[in-house]
Amino acid sequence: MNLGELCRADFPILRRAVNGEPLVYLDSAASSQKPVQVIEAVQRYYERSHSNVHRSIHTLGEEATELYEAARDAVRGFVGARFREEVIFTRGTTEAINLVAQAIGRTLRPGDEIIVTEMEHHSNLIPWQMACRDRGAVLKAVSVIGGAYLDLDGFARHLASRTRVVAVTHVSNVLGTINPIEEIARQAHAVGALVLVDGAQAVPHLPVDVNATGADFYVFSGHKMLGPTGIGVLYGRREVLDTLEPAWGGGEMIKEVWIDRAQWNDLPWRFEPGTPPIAGAVGLHAAVEYLSKLGMDRVSAHERQLTAQCLDGLARLPEATVYGPINPELKGAVVAFNVAGLHPHDGAALLDQRGVAVRAGHHCAQPLMKRLGIVGTLRASFSVYSTAADVERLTQAVAALRDEF
Amino acid sequence: MLYSNVIRERFRHPRYRGTLPAADASFEDVNPLCGDRIRIECRIGDGRVLEARFTGDSCAIAAASADLLLEHIVGQPVATVHGLELPALLERLQADIRPTRLKCVSLPLGVLQRALNGKAVAT
Repeated sequence: MNLGELCRADFPILRRAVNGEPLVYLDSAASSQKPVQVIEAVQRYYERSHSNVHRSIHTLGEEATELYEAARDAVRGFVGARFREEVIFTRGTTEAINLVAQAIGRTLRPGDEIIVTEMEHHSNLIPWQMACRDRGAVLKAVSVIGGAYLDLDGFARHLASRTRVVAVTHVSNVLGTINPIEEIARQAHAVGALVLVDGAQAVPHLPVDVNATGADFYVFSGHKMLGPTGIGVLYGRREVLDTLEPAWGGGEMIKEVWIDRAQWNDLPWRFEPGTPPIAGAVGLHAAVEYLSKLGMDRVSAHERQLTAQCLDGLARLPEATVYGPINPELKGAVVAFNVAGLHPHDGAALLDQRGVAVRAGHHCAQPLMKRLGIVGTLRASFSVYSTAADVERLTQAVAALRDEF
Repeated sequence: MLYSNVIRERFRHPRYRGTLPAADASFEDVNPLCGDRIRIECRIGDGRVLEARFTGDSCAIAAASADLLLEHIVGQPVATVHGLELPALLERLQADIRPTRLKCVSLPLGVLQRALNGKAVAT
C-alpha cells in the first residue's frame, strides 16, 4: 500500500461524497484536510485544558501554557531552527509577512530597495508595496522567464547596497517551481540585505531546514500542512530578531509597563501580542508529529510521483496546457493548467460536478498571470492523502470537459 | 443543471460580443473574486440605446449574462437600465447559479448601469 492509501483512513472528510460522487480533493495547496489525530488533539485541548496562557496561576493555565510552548518546540525541531526563541506563532503566513514588513518597514529610508519576484503570492507582495509606499522606498521585481523560473541574472543585477530585503517564495503556489533559495540568500547577504522566504507551499511538502536555507525569516501556515486554520509560523534568525522593534503592541509582548512607556518582553513573546492561537498551536503540534512520523522525504517522494502522473496524464490531452516546470523533480506538489476554450472557473465548476475539487482563478498571483498572459488557471495540488486514483479521476474528468461546451 | 443550454449557447455564439468604435458610453470593471474583466460600449440616440457590445475575458456565466443583458437593452430607453435587476437576469439564464458565481451574473449589469449613468437625457 502506498502512502496515500495508507493515510486516507486518517482523514474523515475524504469519506464524504460531493454531487453524488466520492470526493476527490485536489486543492491541498489552498488548504489541506486534517487527520483525526489533529482534530482530536484540538478537541481534547478544548475539553480538558483550555485556558489563557502564560499568566494564569491555575492548573488549566499551566496545562495550556505547557501545550502551547511544547508546540513551539515541536515546530522548532520540525524545521530545524536552532533556538525556540526563533519560532514565533502568528495567525498564518500572511500575518507573518506583514509582521516582518512592518517591523523592517519602520527602518526603511527613501531610496532603499526591496526585491520581490513576479511569482509571489499577493501576501508576499502587498505588504512590501505598503512598506515602500510609506517610506519612499523602491520595490523591484525579479522576472519569471520561460514561464517557469526566476531570472537569476536579473536578480543579481537588481542587488545593490541599497537592497534591504529580498522576499521570495520557496515553492510557487501556481507554477510549483522550487526556487534556489540558498543561492538567493547567499547573494543577498553579500550585499547586506535580509532575506524572507515564503515557505507556505514548501514546508507541507518537502524536508525543510530553515537554518540551512540561510534565510533570515522563513514563514509558513499551519492549515496547509494538515494543521488548523488561524496558526502560522514566523521563523526569524535570533541575531536579526534581536535588532527588530516589535511590529505590534499589546499584552504578552511586554515585561513592564508605565503609562508613557514599556519594556519589551524577551523573544519570542516580544512578537506575539495578545492571546495567541493556542488551540491552533496544539493542532499544529499534532500535524507536525503526523508528518514527522511519515517522514518528509517519503511525503515528497509520494507527492512527486503524483505530480509526475498528473503531468503525464494532462500531456496526453491536446486541449490541456500545463504551466511551470514539466520536470516533476523541479516542482512542488502542484500542477496548474488550462483547457482550451474553457475559462478556469467554468472548468472548476464542471469538475466539481464530478466530485473533483480543484482551485481555479489567479491564485492570488495576478502579476504572474499578467506575465503568463492569462486570466487564470485550474490548479490540482496534492498532499499525503492524495492517491493515484485521485489523479486518474482528475484526468478523466478533464478529458470529459471537451464535450461540455 | 449547472450550465443551462442558454449559457452554453450564448457563450459559444454570442450575439453582442465586439466593440463599437463610435460609442457614446462605455465602462469597464473587474470582478475582484476572479479578476475577470468586462467592458461594455453603447451608442445612444434619442434617449435610447441604439447599439451595444461587450468585450472581456470572462467565464461562460459572465459572458452569457452580458450577451442577454445587451440583447434586452438595445432599442430601449436609456432610463430602462436602472430598472434592471438581478433576479430577472437570473431567470433569463435559466441556470442554477451558485452564490459564489452570482457576481459573474451581476458584473455585466453593474458595468452597463455605470456606462449609462447620467446618459438618460443625452440625445
